[in-house]
Amino acid sequence: MNREIAVVAFAQTDHRRTSEELSEVEMLMPVLHEVLAQTGLKTADIGFTCSGSSDYLAGRAFSFTLALDGVGAWPPISESHVEMDGAWALYEAWTKLLTGDADTALVYSYGKSSPGPLRDVLTRQLDPYYVAPLWPDSVALAALQAQALIDAGDTDEPALAAVAARSRTDASANSHAQLRGSVPHGGYVVRPLRTGDCPPIGDGAAAVILAAGERARELCDRPAWIRGIDHRIEAHSLGVRDLTDSPSARLAAERAGAFERPVDTAELHAAFTSQEIVLRKALKLDDGVRVNPSGGALAANPVMAAGLIRIGEAAARVHRGESDRALAHATSGPCLQQNLVAVLEGDPR
Amino acid sequence: MSKEPVAVVGIGQTKHVAARRDVSIAGLVREAARSALDDAELTWADIDAVVIGKAPDFFEGVMMPELYLADALGAVGKPMLRVHTAGSVGGSTALVAANLVAARVHGTVLTLAFEKQSESNAMWGLSLPIPFQQPLLAGAGGFFAPHVRAYMRRSGAPDTVGSLVAYKDRRNALKNPYAHLHEHDITLEKVQASPMLWDPIRYSETCPSSDGACAMILTDRAGAARAPRPPAWMLGGAMRSEPTLFAGKDAVSPRAGKDCAADVYRQAGIADPRRDIDAAEIYVPFSWYEPMWLENLGFAAEGEGWKLTESGVTELDGDLPVNMSGGVLSTNPIGASGMIRFAEAALQVRGQAGEHQVERARRVLGHAYGGGSQFFSMWLVGAEPPTS
Repeated sequence: MNREIAVVAFAQTDHRRTSEELSEVEMLMPVLHEVLAQTGLKTADIGFTCSGSSDYLAGRAFSFTLALDGVGAWPPISESHVEMDGAWALYEAWTKLLTGDADTALVYSYGKSSPGPLRDVLTRQLDPYYVAPLWPDSVALAALQAQALIDAGDTDEPALAAVAARSRTDASANSHAQLRGSVPHGGYVVRPLRTGDCPPIGDGAAAVILAAGERARELCDRPAWIRGIDHRIEAHSLGVRDLTDSPSARLAAERAGAFERPVDTAELHAAFTSQEIVLRKALKLDDGVRVNPSGGALAANPVMAAGLIRIGEAAARVHRGESDRALAHATSGPCLQQNLVAVLEGDPR
Repeated sequence: MSKEPVAVVGIGQTKHVAARRDVSIAGLVREAARSALDDAELTWADIDAVVIGKAPDFFEGVMMPELYLADALGAVGKPMLRVHTAGSVGGSTALVAANLVAARVHGTVLTLAFEKQSESNAMWGLSLPIPFQQPLLAGAGGFFAPHVRAYMRRSGAPDTVGSLVAYKDRRNALKNPYAHLHEHDITLEKVQASPMLWDPIRYSETCPSSDGACAMILTDRAGAARAPRPPAWMLGGAMRSEPTLFAGKDAVSPRAGKDCAADVYRQAGIADPRRDIDAAEIYVPFSWYEPMWLENLGFAAEGEGWKLTESGVTELDGDLPVNMSGGVLSTNPIGASGMIRFAEAALQVRGQAGEHQVERARRVLGHAYGGGSQFFSMWLVGAEPPTS
């Protein structure tokens, strides 16, 4: 089925360490309004709506049902939800548009990390019988991966610090970013990772609109066409994985057609500096590729929205004419267990 | 440009019980998946992608369990999606999987939904206080009881109808080896004499808490041609959502449910559901929801649903059997309950439903709902492939 589908609009919040004065719905509403305003569409015009979020961040069951109220689902809408990063909600919406059942889709995601201790909360993602009871936190697991990379000779601590510095310098131009400009690299959090190697913990939301074919050209001057999108998962247990590599990211990229021609931009959901090293290798990104011009997840990492933001940032660069062919990546699970890759292109200029 | 037809070629479920202490969550889901693969005579290698659903992660206390379950479901190296649309999730999960086939993204997809409620306490998992929101009042029963009362007042239904549904569904469950509740000594009097929990809902008119999983193998036309047993063909499928609470909401017969059914009927070419559909597996967690949903789904005019129930039309040998499997009233692993409805509909049109098989079931509806009666997912399956 050869139906062309594009990202035609993207909006995100200003990501902040805390937003306790706002409910999730209040955090999300301005983003939904903004993305609709960019296209002139109203909720009732949208063919399919899909969101991504996690109950565990909100600390209660069915948290996404209230976000739906913010969408204004009346008259009733065709709608679905993934308990995943919004990048996977976009994937579900993309398949829906491919079937021809809808011509436009609204995709949104959000996460408030501020209500609870995020490092502890994320331990609940792990094998509940053998691993989670030990409470290994997300930074400790990332540090294992970083140490494995250093031991393999793939990187060293100064190289990781350079990734952090570049990301936060680039984020200076991103008014939505949480950490911008010159940020002290700091002491060790979990060796070998220092404060600067870790993402900020923050609250945020994002939304995109997808459209098919001519509808996309009506809604956007330069649509970001999704030339391919694929995602793959690896085994959960860290003991059976080579943490210095990401075969699932490589396979997803291959299936998305990322290796058919070079990309000029890559937005990587690399929350830790060390993960950028892994992803650059797996995705075969050389120094000619502009990586994370937004500052990436090291500048703002609202859990459940950060992956969708990578797709949105990549698409926005295509919209602005700053990229002709961009790769966007999202991840889920400990140490890059699950990875999604999308390839976005603008029409030739 | 047309969609690829979607066929169900494998169905598996666990024996549902109050507590599966002999297996982990991974063991539970693998059992259902393995059973669906066996039914389709396929192996893990034949599966292109996995779509998994369950209700809130709080029910087991595992955040995004698909990460941990990737190995158990043979998903390593494959795409894996995790759907969550509250109580309707089992149906929605199947529809997301079906879309992967319909869009020709994948040829053969494993879809699975589960709940292992014994790992925690679902009633209290649903009773967390939310600032500025109406609490669920000690579980789902407290939320739904006033809506049942509103239905009784609006329709003039006699207060005996709820117990008739429960008595029917519990008897049907005796014919289903996978059903959780097998009450061999059930009588109508026992149902009517059971304690009042949330007036007008009695103990025997409520669903149990179950551990269980349900899986299906969905495939394209080529996959269906290779299937060893008759496939069930998806003739229509849709989801609809509306807000939880607002002044214009009709909690007795939500518009999202009506719109969802209308979309499915349009896709499947159903002009008159009462005439054109042979049987239905409807999400009925509290017995009164059978007459309520019969109206919402267009099987009866408004205020008339209870008459179908009372006259025996919805009995296993009636002319519109409803919940032949025993339904949610007899088996409720919440996240899986919607998929069980979809799978039981498919079993019927495949002629594989065993003792609870309805004769000449050619077109059967599977239905699920969730949240505060705000999320709906449905499909209609048939013994013959779609014509358009």
